[in-house]
Amino acid sequence: MSTRKGIEVSIAAADAAKLARVEVIAAYPITPQTHIVEHLAEIVANGELDAAYVNVESEHSAMSACVGASATGTRTFTSTSAQGMELMHEILFIASGMRLPIVMAAVNRALSSPLSIWGDHSDIMAARDTGWIMLFCENGQEVVDSIIMAFKIAEDRRVLLPLMVNLDGFSLSHVIEPIEFPAQEDVDRFLPPYKPLYTLHPDKPVTMGAYAMPELYTEAKYSQEMAIRNSKVVVKEVMDQFSKEFGRPYSIIETYNTEKADTVFMALGSINENIKTAIDMLKEQGKELGLVSLRLFRPFPAAELLEVLKGKKKVAVLERVMPGGAMNGPLFNEVASLAVANKLNIQFENFIFGLGGRDVEPEELMDVYEQVVSSVKVSHTDNKYYGVIGVRS
Amino acid sequence: MAKPMDQYKWHELTVGCVIEDVGNAMEYKTGDWRSSKPVWNGEKCTKCGLCWLFCPDAAIRQRDDGFYEADLDYCKGCGICATECKPGAISMVEEER
Repeated sequence: MSTRKGIEVSIAAADAAKLARVEVIAAYPITPQTHIVEHLAEIVANGELDAAYVNVESEHSAMSACVGASATGTRTFTSTSAQGMELMHEILFIASGMRLPIVMAAVNRALSSPLSIWGDHSDIMAARDTGWIMLFCENGQEVVDSIIMAFKIAEDRRVLLPLMVNLDGFSLSHVIEPIEFPAQEDVDRFLPPYKPLYTLHPDKPVTMGAYAMPELYTEAKYSQEMAIRNSKVVVKEVMDQFSKEFGRPYSIIETYNTEKADTVFMALGSINENIKTAIDMLKEQGKELGLVSLRLFRPFPAAELLEVLKGKKKVAVLERVMPGGAMNGPLFNEVASLAVANKLNIQFENFIFGLGGRDVEPEELMDVYEQVVSSVKVSHTDNKYYGVIGVRS
Repeated sequence: MAKPMDQYKWHELTVGCVIEDVGNAMEYKTGDWRSSKPVWNGEKCTKCGLCWLFCPDAAIRQRDDGFYEADLDYCKGCGICATECKPGAISMVEEER
């Protein structure tokens, strides 16, 4: 029997890793990820989970330990945020290049400087092209379910890639939500023990992470690229199977009110709940706004997104990271290349919001909607192509 | 590897480029960027084998007559053998290619 309880999402994320029967955890505490790894340490110390908890001196070591552990063929889990993810950065590429199905709960947080412990997507957007599969979560239930699905996706022989489950720092990680936990026996049936393709074992020695000469590096990276591109099929399969077995529907793109609206917002993560509230409030005024929520960000679900955007007139892409000198935010750039490649006749707008934990209320989102619907092209101050919601100028 | 590196197609590579037949580095000649090579002086060499012992790439072999020589397919010309040679029988000679 599944159990439903009110629980902090971080604690629930740790419990989900326990349900997935992780065997090695290597992590270093950092706000706002701390409660996840603290609770896992507690679970392991209490003997509730038969896992090795590796205490490390940094995130660089945490991810390195995960690479080593996963190479031996164990189910490996870690979690980090912000500066911690930056310190892992070098090893993130090694994990994906070596095709190790490590799962990470990435609790998204702003990057210093200025120092901020609060949520935004600066960390994950700096790591977006590391070759990891990336899921984004809107609420605590999705976090729990995604962590369980993550191992099944990552460990599939057709995939064998690391995977990040993204959840917003504080606005998701630290809230208490009613969450349904599947029964252990059901999770065991859904997620059997990991059967690695290769293991580091003295009985059958292999070399992992070897050197590639210029004659081979391109083919090696192309093979990895094809693996992440093709993983979308498995992500879909696993989501379908999860939906069937646990009764909660998942898909790589989720939509809200997109049938009626020809103006849609697109965003990643917990802001989507605020956008839904704004959509409901607009509906009361007789106005229609839709939402396109990407649950899968890597590999980028281009074909599916194209299908969803068909017939739309205006699309506003909302994202929680400063472009850093780029023409637009990273999600917008992605969507813009989709639009160019397919000659989409849609008005695209880009808005930056929620940096360093700044709240964005549904009323502000309704203002953005009004701006988008009322103009042929929203004009932005300071000679740039994106707006920054709520910036004082 | 069953064939030269530049003949592999991307889908012929193992997952994560894992090398299943270990020890195959032998198949690749890695000494071609050497700038100098060790040359033994048979008058001074005592066949003690220190050069063989210290070579970090196992690129020194003993000949049937007991003297040592470098396997120039793998020797990188690091000069450790010349430094460690007690009787001073090894000198590093610049490669001219």
